[in-house]
Amino acid sequence: MSSRSRASLALLVLVLAGCDREERNARGAPLPETGPAQQAALAATHSDPRAKQYENVSFQISQGQRLYSWMNCVGCHAHGGGGMGPPLMDEKWRYGGRMEDIVATIQKGRPNGMPAFEHKLTEQQAWQLAAYVRSLSAQPRQDVLSGRADEMSNTEPQTLDERKPVKDAAGSEPKGPVK
Amino acid sequence: MRRAALLLLLLPLAGCDGIQSMTGGDGAQGAEFNSLFTLFMVVTGVVYILVIAFLIAALLRRGGKRTDVRDDPGEGHERGLTTALVVWTAFIALGLTVLTLASYFTDRSMAAAAVPANGEVLNIEITANQWWWDIRYHSPTHTETIRTANELHLPVGIPAHIQLRSTDVIHSFWVPNLAGKQDLIPGRLNDIDLLPRRTGLFRGQCAEFCGAQHAHMALDVTVESRDAFRAWWRQQAEPAKTPTTPLAMAGYNYVMQRECSVCHNISGTGATGQVAPDLTHVASRKSLAAGTLPMGRGQLYAWIADPQGVKPGNNMPYIGLEPQELHAVVAYLETLK
Repeated sequence: MSSRSRASLALLVLVLAGCDREERNARGAPLPETGPAQQAALAATHSDPRAKQYENVSFQISQGQRLYSWMNCVGCHAHGGGGMGPPLMDEKWRYGGRMEDIVATIQKGRPNGMPAFEHKLTEQQAWQLAAYVRSLSAQPRQDVLSGRADEMSNTEPQTLDERKPVKDAAGSEPKGPVK
Repeated sequence: MRRAALLLLLLPLAGCDGIQSMTGGDGAQGAEFNSLFTLFMVVTGVVYILVIAFLIAALLRRGGKRTDVRDDPGEGHERGLTTALVVWTAFIALGLTVLTLASYFTDRSMAAAAVPANGEVLNIEITANQWWWDIRYHSPTHTETIRTANELHLPVGIPAHIQLRSTDVIHSFWVPNLAGKQDLIPGRLNDIDLLPRRTGLFRGQCAEFCGAQHAHMALDVTVESRDAFRAWWRQQAEPAKTPTTPLAMAGYNYVMQRECSVCHNISGTGATGQVAPDLTHVASRKSLAAGTLPMGRGQLYAWIADPQGVKPGNNMPYIGLEPQELHAVVAYLETLK
């Protein structure tokens, strides 16, 4: 075999990289995962394994973006800049900026106006929304962020955004490990 | 082997008949376009055959013998060639003129079909979503405006003016029996005119690849008599009835308090979601999930229990209803005739 055909064969192997497809779990995590026992366990450790299924998956983030406008999050938070509700694209998180914190905020609601969406949205949808909310301040990996917003926008695309450090409401970085 | 291949070639002919056929001529616009297509086929067919015939003649003329450059064909031969070329050019000019005129008159005639004879026109708005059709009928009296999904009813002989929109990606509206395709483009308003010429049941289909479930984005089209259409309209304009059985009542309560009412609208109830198909008269429709399943109790169970198994990737989420809740919700939806 000539060196040239050997080289082209080696190049062909590169094509195999295309076989690694993004996994789309259409049904979401099964329900028993969120029984009372599991909930208690999650509250203690605060690291839900499901966060990983949503955090850096562009499909889940784009589904979250769809829900963000369908559920009228825009009404209070605008497209991340905030209005009646706090902005979501800055680094300050009143109730924590981890996936689990945001899901809790969506499901249970928060004082001063954030409604509870538990049993209005499925858990999968809450996770998708949380993944999108985190993408507003460029928390996920850059390659899963959307290069173009669905709405009219005069800000730079998320892909050009700096990843914001997660801080609490007072503007100081919380103690302890933060993702 | 060759016979099998020939038989396979016959398969596309199946597209020429039935509820999804381009050659039916069931709509005025479709029939106009069919005659134009036939004319183009004949003219271009004749030209094609002539070109191929000349080519073969040119190949056979010298019997494959090598010709010498000095072999002068002579004066007379040159004149014959000139005449042939003039005739050929005239023939092409004539063909092109015929096709141009036919296109122009077909276009005018299609435009005329959209103008109602007695001012009676039906205004419909269709919004395409991934992967279903949202249909609104506008009437002069706004109280009678109705909203339905994946099912279009048209009165025979009355032009329908349809505005086409899209909320997400480009789709294409296509009811082959009635007319050609028209794209639905997000952020833009497009339109199409239909004039059904005979009653019947037809099938529309999204004709622009729009995502994972593009194939399951169909539309049931019923063309019916004027009276039948009015009766259908009156029935669709009614708000949903309050359920009477305890099981259906439990389903009603679930639909109102839980996930369903956040996205779906049911007129006359507290369910006012606007981002999913209107369910006010869902049980009166012919199919479920944009032509994916025929309407029926079993299919309702299948769809609500696991929408992602029936139509993976669609935007109806897996909710994980308990069996009792599922029975109740299906019982309630069945009352929405």
